[in-house]
Amino acid sequence: MAASTQPPLLEVKNLRIEFPTRRGTLVAVDDVSFDIAEGEVLGVVGESGAGKSLTGASIIGLLEPPGRIAGGEVYLAGRRIDNLPYEKMRQVRGREIGMVFQDPLTSLNPLYSVGSQLVETIRTHTDMSESAAQQRAIDLLGEVGIPSPKIRINQYPHQFSGGMRQRVVIALALCVNPKLIIADEPTTALDVSIQAQIIDLLKRLCRDHGAAVMLITHDMGVIAETANRVAVMYAGRLAEIGPVGQVIKNAKHPYTHGLMGSIPKLAHATERLVQIEGTMPRLTEIPNGCAFNPRCPKVFARCMVERPDLTPVDSSQISCWLYDKTMERTGSHG
Amino acid sequence: MLAFIVQRLFQAIVVMFVVALISFTMFQFVGDPVNNMVGQEATTEQRDALRERLGLNDTIPVQFAHYVMNAVQGEFGLSYRMGKPVQELIAERMPATMELVAVSALMALLIGVPMGVYTGLHRNSWLSRGFLTISLVGISLPTFVIGILMILAFGVWLGWLPTFGRGGVVDLGVWKTSLMTAQGWSHIIMPATTLALFQLTLIMRLVRAEMLEVLRTDYIKFARARGLRDRAINYGHALKNTLVPVITIMGLQIGSLLAFSIITETVFAWPGMGLLFLQGIQFVDIPVMSSYLVLMALFFVIINLTVDLLYYAVDPRLRSEHVGAGH
Repeated sequence: MAASTQPPLLEVKNLRIEFPTRRGTLVAVDDVSFDIAEGEVLGVVGESGAGKSLTGASIIGLLEPPGRIAGGEVYLAGRRIDNLPYEKMRQVRGREIGMVFQDPLTSLNPLYSVGSQLVETIRTHTDMSESAAQQRAIDLLGEVGIPSPKIRINQYPHQFSGGMRQRVVIALALCVNPKLIIADEPTTALDVSIQAQIIDLLKRLCRDHGAAVMLITHDMGVIAETANRVAVMYAGRLAEIGPVGQVIKNAKHPYTHGLMGSIPKLAHATERLVQIEGTMPRLTEIPNGCAFNPRCPKVFARCMVERPDLTPVDSSQISCWLYDKTMERTGSHG
Repeated sequence: MLAFIVQRLFQAIVVMFVVALISFTMFQFVGDPVNNMVGQEATTEQRDALRERLGLNDTIPVQFAHYVMNAVQGEFGLSYRMGKPVQELIAERMPATMELVAVSALMALLIGVPMGVYTGLHRNSWLSRGFLTISLVGISLPTFVIGILMILAFGVWLGWLPTFGRGGVVDLGVWKTSLMTAQGWSHIIMPATTLALFQLTLIMRLVRAEMLEVLRTDYIKFARARGLRDRAINYGHALKNTLVPVITIMGLQIGSLLAFSIITETVFAWPGMGLLFLQGIQFVDIPVMSSYLVLMALFFVIINLTVDLLYYAVDPRLRSEHVGAGH
């Protein structure tokens, strides 16, 4: 977060996502704030249900009802976009923010050729002629590494393998050069051998096209290789956000620490993996104070009653009372 | 593609052969037609002469061979009741039924599909709920009740529409149509509506269910994330994906429209094939019955073949020669 006069590309402020249910309102994402600079790759990690995907969907305005943004603001290049009318937001989608979903096998409409899906997207957002859009589609397919794009463009999704389809999906997300790509677990559904290729491709293309990436994943390895910064989410809240080196090598929040400990390392093959005791609470059962307190190895009295806010520590921001400098710690830890 | 068509054609021939066999056996089991045809005072010689003329003295396989040979050439023998060739009777009646079925099928499609799309897209609007409630009536009321109620309302009380028969017929040489005059339309509108109502509600509910299903899929979400216009998403991406099941059901339904037009034709005294068939049953007019059976089977076979070909047009997964490394 270098200080500059320009607003960051994406700015999320105090985002709160709620699901009204018969038994009261569930808060799925609570008071989440972060920003993404131009060209930056922000990794967002956390367990299933931590609110990563919901955060991504709310930025692009595709939260599925009954989920709704109940508070906070989202700015794209200084313009507020969370309250845009539907038609205005539609024009933002695809043109300014692209999205890549998890499962390439189901992301493409089976009844249209990949070329017509590309051309359709390009022509929705630009004034390009049919033939110019067709040429651009061929170029894009070549760019995402699909061999003989001139032939493949007329083929249908079922004629592509999973990895190839994800390449097409990436081409679709990037086809009108959006400034931000939200990639929601783009490699989870793929073979391990293909995952690295797709991540490399995403990284390279976004750099070439000058697009920033919000990379949602639970694969810390992918984050370590790809991201500039990492945001760690837990139970709908941000636990820690900071430069990737800091977060991975020097995790401060006890939850991040636990996450890092649970990754196998080749160097210590015999060591038993560390595991965080317990499971993430359900949305109906989030405890008072810090949401992580029932599982935290360093919990103390204050964690049970007061909720920690994000506070700067070194170059990161942590929401944990262990790093609260305004007040002497009471009680013990460990 | 060609192999597929050939294979389907072969299947169709087998089906038609079996149906021909069944309709042929009717001749063997349903009474002696000669008694119905000749008067009380006919002599044995006259009976035998007729028997000989009708070919009833040949062995059964020979009769069947004759039957198939004639049927292939479009000859189904003489009607016992009318003493006229059955194909002539059918040719007279077929335009009426075909027009009735075509008009009601078009009504069902052109009204049912948009209603289904609307109720799928606006699930909770009052109009959708209204459509769904009315469609329950369409599904649960028997056809003849609807027909009679319509006659009562529009024919008797309001006096807007004629209550029976076919009018305003224009002879085009091979085909007599009632679709070219206002009078013809005033006659066809009630029976066609009656016949269409069930199909319409069925199609509406099917399209609605399919739309709800398709709108939840990932490719629709991705289409939204690409910023496509709603019209493109709803009608281009979603509706096209609902078409395969709709085509299937519509094909089956056109078949049953033909078959069930019997009831509607009776209620409205519509001079179609259904009426001919019913009269055929009353008089044990077996050539009429058996040829009706064969003709209906032929229609079903043709419709199914068309449906299969339409699948090819709609779904590229069926027409590709080599299958990629999918699931």
